Amino acid sequence: MATTLDSDPKTTPGLWARFLDSDIFYSFRRSPLTIAAAIVTVVCFAGAFLAPWIAPHNPLDLSSVDLMDAYTPPVWMAEGNPRFILGTDDQGRDLLSAIMYGARISLIVGFCSVIFAMALGITLGLVAGYAGGAIDSLIMRIADVQLTFPAILIALLIDGIVRAAFPRDLHDQLALYVLIFAIGLSYWVQYARTVRGSTLVEKNREYVQAARVIGVRPVRILFSHILPNVIGPVLVIATINLALAIITEATLSFLGVGMPPTQPSLGTLIRVGNDFLFSGEWWITLFPGVALVTMVLAVNLLGDWLRDALNPKLR
Amino acid sequence: MIAFVIRRLIQSVLVMIVVAFVAFSLFTYVGDPISIMLGQDYTEADRARIAAELGLDRPFFVQFARFVANAVQGEFGLSYRLARPVDELIAERLPATLELSLVAAIFALVVGVPMGVYTGLNRDSWLSRVFMTVSLIGVSLPTFLIGILLIFVFAVHLGWLPSFGRGEVVHIGWWSTGLLTVSGLKALILPAITLGLFQMTLIMRLVRSEMLEVLRTDYIKFARARGLTNRAIHFGHALKNTLVPVITITGLQLGSIIAFSIITETVFQWPGMGLLFIQSVNFADIPVMAAYLCLIAFFFVVINLIVDLLYYVVDPRLRADRGVAGGHTG
Repeated sequence: MATTLDSDPKTTPGLWARFLDSDIFYSFRRSPLTIAAAIVTVVCFAGAFLAPWIAPHNPLDLSSVDLMDAYTPPVWMAEGNPRFILGTDDQGRDLLSAIMYGARISLIVGFCSVIFAMALGITLGLVAGYAGGAIDSLIMRIADVQLTFPAILIALLIDGIVRAAFPRDLHDQLALYVLIFAIGLSYWVQYARTVRGSTLVEKNREYVQAARVIGVRPVRILFSHILPNVIGPVLVIATINLALAIITEATLSFLGVGMPPTQPSLGTLIRVGNDFLFSGEWWITLFPGVALVTMVLAVNLLGDWLRDALNPKLR
Repeated sequence: MIAFVIRRLIQSVLVMIVVAFVAFSLFTYVGDPISIMLGQDYTEADRARIAAELGLDRPFFVQFARFVANAVQGEFGLSYRLARPVDELIAERLPATLELSLVAAIFALVVGVPMGVYTGLNRDSWLSRVFMTVSLIGVSLPTFLIGILLIFVFAVHLGWLPSFGRGEVVHIGWWSTGLLTVSGLKALILPAITLGLFQMTLIMRLVRSEMLEVLRTDYIKFARARGLTNRAIHFGHALKNTLVPVITITGLQLGSIIAFSIITETVFQWPGMGLLFIQSVNFADIPVMAAYLCLIAFFFVVINLIVDLLYYVVDPRLRADRGVAGGHTG
């Protein structure tokens, strides 16, 4: 990936120019599907994170919601209202704004849980690979046991435990953190195994031995010497896991154990809208669903491309 | 062989003990069974008496041993929500979930394998591209959305199939089956497709990549040189050799299907174990949660064990390399 190894600073182009010249950018430019996925991802992320500033309405502000507007169909249908492009839900909230705010929560949960899973998995993987022996087998056996169960089941279980341990109103306030914790804890294994594998190779290299000889502390060796050399594959897993985490959050919320209706994520919106499918108000559930699928599909495509682009064997 | 079986058995028992420990910790530390049983008003004497009756004053390991002994006999106490024995509740719901999971698995195999063979043999045909695109979308679509879409199209829009429940069931002993009535079969179609679709795309991709790999090998080239028909080569030689990993993955996925039925059962209000579990999570009904956890873990462990043993029987290469056999089956 680092195409320029020149030591002369005058001939070394700037970071941005080097990026434009790199193999990764070349393979990006050559794939229209990837470019489309990147554009969709950027639009989705921007729409979600800038929701408080660019959304046409604020669905969380109850004073701006009028029950008379409830069940307005999308604007292109006969009874549509130009104020609500995608229509409104059962409480008269603008669906487009609700989707933007909901996507924001979905993305926050997705990003935070991936970061949590990464931090936990990388740390345990580094420690297991570097320490070896009993610590290694303990961590890896736990990973094995956890891997025999689907992640969604583990997330559900953690959520159930927290639910039993805290009173209900407190749980609603903590829902966001519980979700991040539950999803993060159910996806750490993959990072740990990848990092452990690379650490086993790296720890016998000369630079690690040299660091050890001059008396660098193990924690420093792990995080500032070995970690930069094993991080590559981890980033690919993280991209693909982001899509998985978003799906898991939506699923948990759909099952009614995720975000409460007062702070709806995309999954909660779909669950609430599902009740109106039979009475003909299909848009309440369908549009959040489309938003979710679009986002997940785009992130998945980016992840696939990144995996291929960073894998020199496939070039 | 015997050493391998024993090692796998010990590993399985260890997993079960860990799961039982988690379930037991749930019982002991989350929620307070005594205050649930006694309600609001009680004295310390009442409390001590109940604790002694339930054995909660005993040392930790004695309690754990008793929990395991009960669990092995299917005793998980009373549900907090329904005030009925948990084993009864689960036995009532078990047939619905198992029937759904089995039909979903069969659907995934019967549709996934031919699609995989076709896309493997005709890499560049337009139909293969359609299949591959569909499978990518199938992976990206969350299960519950697939269910909602199917309900929207086939139940709401077209009105062909029911959108919830099991239809009429026939009782054979304690087992209730929906496979023998027309309404039961109709009710099964949409949930089974929803549950099996993800596994179907998985099997299709697996068969495809295995076929591509096998078709490049020397013995296939040799078979062509011998002048065998395409049909004999593709199905007699190539497909046969792709089936080992397919069987393994399908077997392992059976456990996932049972676990994932939680989602499908919620979408279709299917009266199975998964729906029971979700209601229990919502209500913090710990005995049911613990029992479901142990049961699912038991299914997983048994399935993994059988698949590992089958693999060992089918693939002679594993017998030489002992390290791999006990390995990772995720």
